[in-house]
Amino acid sequence: MIPASLIPLPTHPEVKRRVEAIELPFSRHGVDPFGVDQNELARFFTLLRFFYYHYFTVNVFGVEHVPTRGRAMLVGNHSGGWAIDAVMVIASMFFELEPPRLAQGMAEKFLKKVPFLASFTNSIGQMTGLPQHSVRLLEDDRLLLVFPEGARGTAKLYHERDSLVGFGTGFARIALQTNTPIIPFAFIGGGEAIPTVVNLYGVGKRLGIPYLPVTPYGVAWPLPVSLQILYGAPIVLEGSATDTDEAIGLQVDRVKRTIADLIQQGRELRQGRRSASELKLA
Amino acid sequence: MKVLVTGIAGNLGRLVAQRLLEAGHEVIGIDRRPWPDRPDAIRIFEADIRKRPAEDVFRTQRPDALVHMATVTHLTHQSQDRYRINLGGTQAVFEHCSTYGVQQALFIGRHTYYGASSDSPLYHTEAEPPMAIHSFPELSDLVAADLYAGSALWRFPNVDTAVLRLCYTLGPLKQGTLAAYLRGPRVPTVLGFDPLFQFLHERDAAAAIVTALSKRVRGVFNVTGPAPMPLSVLVHECGRVNLQLPEPIFRLSLGRFGLPALSPGAVGHIKYPVVTDGTLFRSATGFEHTYSEDETLRAFRDAGP
Repeated sequence: MIPASLIPLPTHPEVKRRVEAIELPFSRHGVDPFGVDQNELARFFTLLRFFYYHYFTVNVFGVEHVPTRGRAMLVGNHSGGWAIDAVMVIASMFFELEPPRLAQGMAEKFLKKVPFLASFTNSIGQMTGLPQHSVRLLEDDRLLLVFPEGARGTAKLYHERDSLVGFGTGFARIALQTNTPIIPFAFIGGGEAIPTVVNLYGVGKRLGIPYLPVTPYGVAWPLPVSLQILYGAPIVLEGSATDTDEAIGLQVDRVKRTIADLIQQGRELRQGRRSASELKLA
Repeated sequence: MKVLVTGIAGNLGRLVAQRLLEAGHEVIGIDRRPWPDRPDAIRIFEADIRKRPAEDVFRTQRPDALVHMATVTHLTHQSQDRYRINLGGTQAVFEHCSTYGVQQALFIGRHTYYGASSDSPLYHTEAEPPMAIHSFPELSDLVAADLYAGSALWRFPNVDTAVLRLCYTLGPLKQGTLAAYLRGPRVPTVLGFDPLFQFLHERDAAAAIVTALSKRVRGVFNVTGPAPMPLSVLVHECGRVNLQLPEPIFRLSLGRFGLPALSPGAVGHIKYPVVTDGTLFRSATGFEHTYSEDETLRAFRDAGP
């Protein structure tokens, strides 16, 4: 991803208005206590606006399940060889909600070592992936974006694109600890946008990234396909953050099953076997 | 209350002493450095805190409280002397507190002890171990002194001990780690990194120390001021030019071309944030800062060369 600050792009007036409508405690300098920067957001979302509305065709369903205020955790599947899924979910929260919300993800640690990406990811609210950060953001009543599959999820190949790999359990403990509702979502089409045929781990290691995805046309530039994001009804987990791994595992399975069902519905929608009115998101 | 301030002739020490005096306390100090134009009411004993004459101050003066600020923080000062003062001195004064019936002891530390790295959390809490030993070895004696002071909580239960980890201070005195870094017209930063910086007006820092004393808190506390701001904004608001240099060039140019000299470990603190969570201190003492970030920066900028 290219830091938006390096692109001398005039910010779109509507985007600027929406950035100002985000309910975060920005200082006089346009920066919030976590370093989220309004100017950087405006440039970033101006760029995303093109991709969200014109490059991809993004169909969003069930956005009313995302609370417009208060803490919530967006939990979904990875789709696509790198973060286009996260970027488009962030875009949907910004462009579809009233008032717009900033979804804050937990970024891969290597990003924070790379010049520009370090400052850029931070200024658009994507913090280092640490449990302390998740807890702090939720306690501040923010919208957290979580992919429990982790980097194994983005490494899915084309033929595995709509499958789910193992879920981490940390998110469930944090949701219980902070009393946060989980908004499950399915992201469909990332695998078509970036049809990974092979991931080069050795080359990635040399570049300082987890792996380098390779597509039939070489680079992992996403194709202008249609993408579907389905948000399901909030799930409130049962139990406590200190429960055994077994008990937490049951809660994680519940979330995973819901996401798998949303993915299934999203696939049928994409293939034209189901209409939007036949979706069962609640 | 009779308060002994070690390191009283330092910049923050003087502010604390004056504030204590205004609050109606009796103030005495120990320092090797002179403070020529001090208020008459403040008595200073010129002594080295590790030596007998310093112990004699405890024995003869019988202070009720100690504010321990006699640590050498200049990282360019890398001598055996520094280690002895920071560790040996801290050990000595806490032992004297226990021996000579001092009821309250404050250790004034820094937030930089938490260390900065790409994967360290924003908003460190007191529960986290100070990691600077690993990421900033030049600070290791100060980290050890901080941890030793914390151990006084169980070692000397008769003394109410508090360890304050102050964030950077800034203000018209133009002294301290952050002020030294921002001193020149051009401030070098690492290209592609823009960490959050946290600072407190030096008067607020002195006020926080006096508040900690009057509330008689025990434990380890981060002391913070206004919300942190990105380094780029900070440099700009100080009226300085932000000289963004790629990291290898940044490292080579430190201490040259009129740019500040930083120790190698400090580079991490220019790339990554060290930001602490000060809510525990605020809730324990009711402390509130009085200078906003903008007022603090203006005071620093307008204080002349």
